[in-house]
Amino acid sequence: MSSHTAAHGAAGHDDGHAHTHHTTTGLDNRKIAIWAFIGSECMLFASLIATYLIYKGRSLVGPFPHTEYVNEAGKIFKPILDIPVTSASTFVLLASSFAMVLALQAVQLKGVPLPANAGWWARSQRSSQLWLGVTAFLGTTFLGFQAYEFTSFVHEGLTIKTNLFGSTFFTLTGFHGAHVTVGVLWLMSLLFVDRSRGLAGPADELLVDITALYWHFVDVVWIVIFTLVYLIS
Amino acid sequence: MASIAAPTHASHASTETHNTGIWSWITTTDHKRIGTLYLWTALFFFLVGGFEATLIRTQLMKPNMGFVSAETYNQLFTMHGTTMEFLAVMPLSAAFFNFLIPLQIGARDVAFPRLNAFSYWVYLLGGIFITLPILFHVAPDGGWFGYAPLTTTRFSSGPNIDFWVLGLQILGISSLAAAFNFITTIINLRAPGMSLMRMPMFTWMSFVVQFLVILAFPPITIALFFLLMDRFFGTTFYAIAAGADPLLWQHLFWVFGHPEVYILILPAFGLVSEVLPTFSRKPLFGYNVMVYSGIMIGFLGFGVWAHHMFAVGMGAVADSIFSLMTMLIAIPTGVKIFNWIATMWSGEIRFTVPMKFAIALIAMFTIGGISGVMHSSPPADLQQTDTYFVVAHFHYVLFGGSIMGIFAGIYFYYPKMTGRHLNESLGNWHFWLNFIGMNLTFFPMHFSGLLGMSRRIYTYDAGQGFDLFNMLATYGTYLLVVATAVFVWNFIRSRTRGEIAGNDPWGAPTLEWSIPSPPPEYNFAKIPSVTSRYPLWDLNNPEMTADIAHSGASEKEITDSHAVPMHIETETHTAKELGIPMPYPTVKPFVVAFAMVTMFCGLLFLRNDMFAVSMTVTISGALVMVAGLYSWLTSPLE
Amino acid sequence: MAHDAAPAGQHAAHAHPNGTTYLKIFVILSLITVIEVWAYYIPSLVASPLFNPALIVMSAAKFLIVVLFYMHLKFDHKLFRVLFAGPMIIAGATITALLFLFKQLSL
Repeated sequence: MSSHTAAHGAAGHDDGHAHTHHTTTGLDNRKIAIWAFIGSECMLFASLIATYLIYKGRSLVGPFPHTEYVNEAGKIFKPILDIPVTSASTFVLLASSFAMVLALQAVQLKGVPLPANAGWWARSQRSSQLWLGVTAFLGTTFLGFQAYEFTSFVHEGLTIKTNLFGSTFFTLTGFHGAHVTVGVLWLMSLLFVDRSRGLAGPADELLVDITALYWHFVDVVWIVIFTLVYLIS
Repeated sequence: MASIAAPTHASHASTETHNTGIWSWITTTDHKRIGTLYLWTALFFFLVGGFEATLIRTQLMKPNMGFVSAETYNQLFTMHGTTMEFLAVMPLSAAFFNFLIPLQIGARDVAFPRLNAFSYWVYLLGGIFITLPILFHVAPDGGWFGYAPLTTTRFSSGPNIDFWVLGLQILGISSLAAAFNFITTIINLRAPGMSLMRMPMFTWMSFVVQFLVILAFPPITIALFFLLMDRFFGTTFYAIAAGADPLLWQHLFWVFGHPEVYILILPAFGLVSEVLPTFSRKPLFGYNVMVYSGIMIGFLGFGVWAHHMFAVGMGAVADSIFSLMTMLIAIPTGVKIFNWIATMWSGEIRFTVPMKFAIALIAMFTIGGISGVMHSSPPADLQQTDTYFVVAHFHYVLFGGSIMGIFAGIYFYYPKMTGRHLNESLGNWHFWLNFIGMNLTFFPMHFSGLLGMSRRIYTYDAGQGFDLFNMLATYGTYLLVVATAVFVWNFIRSRTRGEIAGNDPWGAPTLEWSIPSPPPEYNFAKIPSVTSRYPLWDLNNPEMTADIAHSGASEKEITDSHAVPMHIETETHTAKELGIPMPYPTVKPFVVAFAMVTMFCGLLFLRNDMFAVSMTVTISGALVMVAGLYSWLTSPLE
Repeated sequence: MAHDAAPAGQHAAHAHPNGTTYLKIFVILSLITVIEVWAYYIPSLVASPLFNPALIVMSAAKFLIVVLFYMHLKFDHKLFRVLFAGPMIIAGATITALLFLFKQLSL
């Protein structure tokens, strides 16, 4: 921790610019709160994932995720999960995490002079707007993939009411999608602030840092979902 | 500011800086005022829950009574449990979290004052949401545990369970928001020198509780969300016909439900750990072990949930593991009991009212704890499941434990909150009536339970040996009604007529007693510098703490603390005079809370083919919420 | 003062990964994902008893890499490690216990 001054007397309020205030650990209140929130979210997704796994293979009727299903009328339902499409969307979300770290780095490097011989890679790393925009765009792309996946499942005969797989699958991935949606809105408002007044300085770094922690956590949850739901049969 | 419970002619009227009208309460961001709001609201719901209990006991007074119908009875016992747990005991603890934690760690407020106000308003509106239906005879009727599939539309088609599902979801948001706030506050707003191992025990136990909240509430949020989806959108989570497992709800619920038990009891443990040393004039025995056992209880609390489900047939291995874990968790709990007794041992005990309640907690909780260990053995539990023996057990723990501890806290901290003492002789009446009433109510239930009387059944036939025990329990309940009436009278009356209390009326050792009663809005004119666990004793009674390594600090630091006395504040000024920035009052948390609850209200119409109405209400609620949140987050705090 | 990357200049560059490191990490994450998906299409691998454990190990590796580097838990205050690791342990233990209780896992 850069500065751990034991300034006395200053109040302990978080006013959105906590740097002016003394805190016990020298850390910002909001960063502690977001980590506690992420800890809580672990249990939220643990409950969803546990339920998905508990009901795995227990659906009485199809369509099923990894196996074929023939109903009483003789209609054939192919295994419903589309691994190529989801692999692509997984890659998109991973890439968005990469863009997110660069966005944070760009805000942190504001005011640090760029060497004269810097190439395009070093120069591009200085644009927080570029990387915030890329992150939001990739997040939106992921949501597009999810919308495509959900609609095609419904066309193939799997809805949230069809069977246990449908209920647990749509709820688990839907919860994750809702988190991505919140993240995209959050990123867009940061981008808006960045465009209007420019994000710079410790207070703004903290804002982007908190956003990034949330965003990466959502990505990490998808890493787990991708393996447990899509790849393991 | 002097308006905490509004003493009208107290000596510190000079601190009066802002008005005390209702608007000032709606817009307050002061943790002490929010704590006061929590206290009054939770006491109100405590009376509501107690009234429901009185109706239940009246129905059970004699065999085959027709005092209430079976349907009403179902609603009464469901709402009694739900109210006491989520609207009375948890918020009573929250009242103390709010009022005490910043004072005990030497802070001027919580980390997020507006979020704190939001938590309270969500709690109040959620409490109204879940309580009002009983007036229209559509209250939740599936038990406080709401076992699915019983609570799915197939078996509970009315709106009753809708209120319960949505209401608990709302209350969960309140608890979670408060928990993030207090975790941050305790980690980050401690005064210089207030290391973790110098924190007062109440703050420590509260700290553990906040972690239990953030980890235990998500599973119930998800379980309730599944139920909501099943009821409103026809999913199959709890639909046995679609292959669902009837135990899914039970497991998810008890993954939450058992830590919830510790959420209810640990704050009371913390309160008596403040009361006992003060009135024994001795430092708490085994402070470190008390901290570690609190953490152990919290941690092991996540590994014992299935002992609520021995009767469902989980198999020998699962039964054995959960049985062992349950016996294990009795160890840190027992350690606490012994440490409290050792704290009193050879102390200069003063039998004040708070001390009596604290000692009652030790005795009553021990009885509840022992019957709890009896349940931990699956063969014994199979006989006891769903009988009044279990009812006796958890009321000894919750009434004999949590409620006794909370009353100890109320009598102890009332002078700090209001500047006046509660009346001691009324307090003694309250204590003895309460103590006798409680034992008369719940002790006979051990017997009726072992004789086989079932819980949650609205009546029973004569001649099964239950009659006498039920009669006694009902009389005990009436005694509790009298006791509570005495308390309410005392509580209201003492606000204006109680004996004036100074900074430290009990000779207690921790920071909150170094400032005026009631504390000024900024709490500490000068943030204290802490050098030990018992700063006021170091200052006033150095001989009491001199020979004990009581602070976890080095010898030198302890000596220094005697050399450099901690400041005791007697004068109060306004924050403005002292140049202390205070958070602005703001109505935004209330608006956001109101809009959020409106959003949930909209969902109620979903199942009645009123899709348009439902969406209109929900979406307008959501829009107002987002707008309010935006305005909140973009406006400065102070 | 909120986090350790705040001081500008050389110190931050040394204490913290830079853009190129982040790029390398992204390449590693992508490679692991490619291996996971590739393995999914090889029937003999899927039939192997080691398939599921291997996938879980790879997923856990990605999880850890993102948490340690992208969420900079490796470089940040140890408090954050505690705040994250504690809930993760309880969450992991709860999932495992539930899977045993519902007989989706057995010894």
